[in-house]
Amino acid sequence: MNTTAETLDNPPESSGHASRAIGDRLFSGVSWLAAATVLMVLGAIIVMLYIGARPAFEKFGFWHFLTSAEWNPVTEVFGGLSPLVGTLVSSAIAIIIGLPVSFGIAVFITEMAPPWFKRPVGTAIELLAAIPSIIYGMWGLFVFAPFFADNIQPALTDTLGALPLVGELFQGPPLGISVFTAGIILAIMIIPFISSVMRDVFETVPAELRESAFGVGCTTWEVVWNVVLPLTKVGVVGGIMLGLGRALGETMAVTFVIGNSHALHAALFEPGNSIASTIANEFTEADGEVYTAALVALGLILFLITFVVLALAKLMLIRMARGEGRAS
Amino acid sequence: MDIYTRRKAINYLNLTFATLTTLFGLFFLTWLLWILFERGFSHVDWNLFVLDTPGPGDEAGGLRNAIVGSLMLTVVGVLIGAPVGILAGTYLAEFGRYALISHAVRFINDVLLSAPSIVIGVFVYEVMVIPMGNFSGWSGAVALSIIVIPVVVRTTEDMLRLVPDTMREAAAALGAPQWKVVTRVVLKAAISGVMTGILLAIARIAGETAPLLFTALNNQFFTLNMDRPIGNLPVMIFNFAMGPYDNWHDLAWAGSLLITLTVLALNILTRIFLRPKK
Repeated sequence: MNTTAETLDNPPESSGHASRAIGDRLFSGVSWLAAATVLMVLGAIIVMLYIGARPAFEKFGFWHFLTSAEWNPVTEVFGGLSPLVGTLVSSAIAIIIGLPVSFGIAVFITEMAPPWFKRPVGTAIELLAAIPSIIYGMWGLFVFAPFFADNIQPALTDTLGALPLVGELFQGPPLGISVFTAGIILAIMIIPFISSVMRDVFETVPAELRESAFGVGCTTWEVVWNVVLPLTKVGVVGGIMLGLGRALGETMAVTFVIGNSHALHAALFEPGNSIASTIANEFTEADGEVYTAALVALGLILFLITFVVLALAKLMLIRMARGEGRAS
Repeated sequence: MDIYTRRKAINYLNLTFATLTTLFGLFFLTWLLWILFERGFSHVDWNLFVLDTPGPGDEAGGLRNAIVGSLMLTVVGVLIGAPVGILAGTYLAEFGRYALISHAVRFINDVLLSAPSIVIGVFVYEVMVIPMGNFSGWSGAVALSIIVIPVVVRTTEDMLRLVPDTMREAAAALGAPQWKVVTRVVLKAAISGVMTGILLAIARIAGETAPLLFTALNNQFFTLNMDRPIGNLPVMIFNFAMGPYDNWHDLAWAGSLLITLTVLALNILTRIFLRPKK
């Protein structure tokens, strides 16, 4: 017995022990470093953007930079209000259009489509997310904007534009190049993200719950609205936030169709601006420390906004997953 | 109208709406692809691959420099990003599955997955382009690699987690040290999943434009020199689509078609890879 224990403790190749310890330590150390890189990248992005943006914040002040709409490269006076508003408004339009559509798609795929049809439809919708944003931009500029200006915009101006209060929003030149067009294209781009999260969380609802609701005589819609949705609302909100985060930071598609004008308008059919499109258009041309710094400052603000939105989305999806674990 | 008829009517109305929204989504996919083929396909010919991008007013031209530049940027971007991503994913799944840092890394990684790519361009401009003094292919590749990392981290961890713990235990019981368990057993079992992650990352960066705008910039001429601005398809499409010449627009459409077909092919390929075996 004693000898067996000894051989186990001291295997014949005594070097084996050492190389095992070194190999393990080396490999786990290197992989730890790689994992830490992810955190360092985030930290480095924030720090470098802050350093780059400091001249602008020092010259104009953080709050003044956020609330001033003056953007004049000649006199070197910069305020980020117009791109900030454009980013928020175009993303809001994207959510208003994209949310019901994504919900409808998720309901269709989880509750209505026959099993053999779910996969192809789901894949096709997800392919919308795979198409690069520059393609959306080109299609938007050459195809969708003219189509929208000729066919949809006049109709909207005639109907919604005639309403009191909100009528003001639906005015503008018939160009198709506007904050509203950007919002529609963003909606198409975020639909696959929101609908696939909704689909995933809808499918976590146990079949027994669905079946008992059907058993007491609910219609399909009542099952969705009264059983599935209340159980999954945290996840659904998480999906919407994920879509919002995507919309806020989208660059190329917006740059093509938003019009790149620093003027602020109440009307949605007027050309506007977003943070990402301002940076894309002006960064390489920006001369002078303050101009570049103002653009970097916009980038920092955009990064912080999307970070908060995406972090909230992630927290909600984690909560959703935890609740699911508790239920089962 | 009694309550039953009303409930049925509401049901039909909403389900019809759900069907219409699905058609709405599919309609836009079809519309986009249709336009790409209609405007791009006729310009995909031999010249596209052997001639360089035309200057203002030049008649003949192709996309050779942009295609080669895009390939180089993508390959270097993946070569930098994928090893970091695979190692980090391995740490999350194997060495530090429950470590405190792993929770933070998972969280931040998911946020970076959707972070605005234009900001990554600005970041790389600050850390590479300014110190080096000029735009360069290297800085473009680094910008792309920052987009590659989160995609690969995520898929690698997910795929390694699919390997049953009994396999790890079996290997450990035979006396294999952990690094051997990970490399020879776990990674080997999950290799197709890890590869899928890399394919997904390639699909993600193949059409990325925003991070290249002020890193790789663009180059009208053919070059293999990564120390200088280098031509690439996405920025070429951006410049040519905004330009005034018809032949520039044609080339932009042809380039768009090439990128989209590549990306869609990669996506469908990964789906076939990942399809659960019956």
